[in-house]
Amino acid sequence: MPARPAYRQPLLLLLVLLGGATGTLARWATGLAVPHVDRVPLGTLAVNVVGAFVLGALLEHLAGRGPDEGRRRALRVTLGTGFCGGFTTYSALANDTDALLRQGLVGHALGYVGSTLVLGLVASALGIATVRRGARGRTA
Amino acid sequence: MSVLLLALAGGLGAVARFVLDGALTAARAWRYPVGTTVVNLSGSFLLGLLAGLAAGRLLPPAGLLVLGTGFLGGYTTFSTSAYETVRLAEQRRWGAAAAHGVGQVVLATALAALGYLAGS
Repeated sequence: MPARPAYRQPLLLLLVLLGGATGTLARWATGLAVPHVDRVPLGTLAVNVVGAFVLGALLEHLAGRGPDEGRRRALRVTLGTGFCGGFTTYSALANDTDALLRQGLVGHALGYVGSTLVLGLVASALGIATVRRGARGRTA
Repeated sequence: MSVLLLALAGGLGAVARFVLDGALTAARAWRYPVGTTVVNLSGSFLLGLLAGLAAGRLLPPAGLLVLGTGFLGGYTTFSTSAYETVRLAEQRRWGAAAAHGVGQVVLATALAALGYLAGS
């Protein structure tokens, strides 16, 4: 009997729900704790950059341990799809950029979206590289 | 109370992303991260729509918190998008990486603006 695809397995759906709920709460709390500076939502910038680093490190770590199944898949969907996915947000990034543009703050909008993108990509690559370097160190 | 709803909505948003992305990935062997793109563009438009409705007082602030910050925040994802962009760059697929990195955010912002206009 062929295995059901991951997105139709009740246990994995539950893990995504739990991870996503926790990540969403953490993002909301960060938003309360980190003030907007000059109307730029630094909390959203922070969660997106931190989440990009964590997801990069997590996926690289799991990929180095073996195929995506069993406990590794459960960890990936809980912490990656669920937590990191719920913690980071694209809809707020797009809408906060639009809100800055609507207020005529074009420089703020470009600075916000540009720094999120650049820092997020660097953070993701850094997360991947950190785990890779650690794995090389252990096998050398 | 609305904090619990916010968390639940975020979890459901993540499940919606997981299912939609999984169904799209199962339907075809895409060479481009189509699932994440569809999720992020649709979520950005819908959040614009909700923000527009809230600005016109057609949606209460608690509704925007639960549906916008909660559901759509959990539904859309920046971390996966950044990861996929780095992977495309590692494969030297520069055009795809630029489209997924810069193109997606430009389009998502335009859709957010469109949603806001439609809602207000």
